Amino acid sequence: MPIKFEKVTYEYPAEENAVVAVKDVSLEIADGSFVCICGENGSGKSTLAMLMNGLLQPTSGAVTVDGKTTSTEEEEELFAIRQKVGMVFQNPDNQMIASIIEDEIAFGPENLGVPREEIGERIDYALSAVGMTEHRRHTPYKLSGGQKQRIAIAAVLAMRPEVLVLDESTAMLDPKGRGEVLKVAEELNKQGITIVLITHFMEEATRADRVIVMSEGKVVMDGTPEQVFRDRESIERYGLELPAPDAVAAELIKEGIPLEDKIYSESELAEAICRLK
Amino acid sequence: MSIEVKDLSYVYSPGTPYAAAALNGISISINEGDYLGIIGKTGSGKSTFIQHLNALIKLQNGSIKVFDIDLTQKKPDLKRLRGTVGMVMQYPEYQLFDETVEKDVAYGPKNLGLSDEEIKGRVREAIELVGLSYEEVKDRSPFELSGGQKRRIAIAGVIAMRPRVLILDEPTAGLDPRGKKDIMSLVKRLKETSSPTIIIISHDMDAVAENCDKVALFSEGLIKAVGTPREIFYNARLLEENEMDVPSVVKIANEMKKRGAVLDGEPVKREELIDAVRRWRSE
Repeated sequence: MPIKFEKVTYEYPAEENAVVAVKDVSLEIADGSFVCICGENGSGKSTLAMLMNGLLQPTSGAVTVDGKTTSTEEEEELFAIRQKVGMVFQNPDNQMIASIIEDEIAFGPENLGVPREEIGERIDYALSAVGMTEHRRHTPYKLSGGQKQRIAIAAVLAMRPEVLVLDESTAMLDPKGRGEVLKVAEELNKQGITIVLITHFMEEATRADRVIVMSEGKVVMDGTPEQVFRDRESIERYGLELPAPDAVAAELIKEGIPLEDKIYSESELAEAICRLK
Repeated sequence: MSIEVKDLSYVYSPGTPYAAAALNGISISINEGDYLGIIGKTGSGKSTFIQHLNALIKLQNGSIKVFDIDLTQKKPDLKRLRGTVGMVMQYPEYQLFDETVEKDVAYGPKNLGLSDEEIKGRVREAIELVGLSYEEVKDRSPFELSGGQKRRIAIAGVIAMRPRVLILDEPTAGLDPRGKKDIMSLVKRLKETSSPTIIIISHDMDAVAENCDKVALFSEGLIKAVGTPREIFYNARLLEENEMDVPSVVKIANEMKKRGAVLDGEPVKREELIDAVRRWRSE
């Protein structure tokens, strides 16, 4: 079990007008799973993400990664946790530090003291995993947003993480860039890396095997996409929406068209409608 | 005709090793009352184009006329232009700066040289139009509001200028689903009440299909096509060549067609699809 939350509460410090961002959350992220976290702005999603690798430490309760608590003052223990649980954030431009892509990727392993030859291997692996091998000696500044996020993911992969947390990493991208990043995430998940994806895009959530919905700092829904999105009342209540084809299906059902009440992709819905005649 | 653009080209950092062409000769007419959606990949020239329309970027090549203001003239009346064309940039909440919401929203109208009374009236109206209570928020710092509220206050600052043309660059980027819905219905309301012409840049094809009556597809600094959402979104080859997404409704209709079920009217909006399915079943 890589990540475990036990009765975790997090309050932002009082001088920033004390907000309780996460309230009494207990959950476990299973090895190799693809988990999506949804919820309105301010529902505590990003705080939850930052608690996963000790960027924030709980005010009360405990977060453990492979059984080790993140509430430690020992830098080495925190390093070990952050090596296991890597994070990529929203704005690709705020995450680049080096002027050449391979240096960007090498930065993490170098800090870990990984030997020179192995760093080379890790760069090879990380860039090929995100499909950016040919950009190895380029500068990151001229890349598209989607490519920059793939480089940010590669930089995390070079640390050989067990978990990759993507905190709205697709929010600033165009549809093509979003597609690229999602494809990389799915590919890595197939190779056994646990993915935690925080997003406002419901169609991304349908690709996960588990969806967690946050509201006012609490976990209010937790299940398969099927279970979560079928509860239309709750989806509405927590400020979310149905993925587009499901919203269409819901309206068709309301119109008395006898479709099965389930989660559809566009082609599945087309198929189901065609079978009605 | 409210906006007439002809052969517009633009190069960033011309004459330097960093010179980069952003627009390569584009022409388009935008009519009063249009709800124009601009689509295209990042880097296709969309933002560079709209920033020309209220002279945030200085014209290099080609011509732009906004109502009777001709931007090719030596000294176009920029004050009047910016009162006519309101621009809501990407992530506009980062541009909030004043101590109170009231002062922040009043900044634009003040620069138009209006009377204090007039300014106060416009500020109140703009804040109410974006769906917030003037009395509740006017004395608060804009920075203590939520993300969605901040964005609405930033939009209020633009509409307090009462622009005839309102331009929004990815107005729903980064918002949660409720925030997106709120902003899109706000834009619709503004079109009906204060700014009859709307130009919106969006990556959300569903939102463009649902709201716009005209779509311009940008690619590599060119306008590849202008047409109704139906003309653009049912042109599969055009979308594919330019790596554009297809709205969900059109995807469903296309998938049905593949299976031999042709819906009439080529639906692009959700409501149209539901009607078309109903008609198709009763045939």
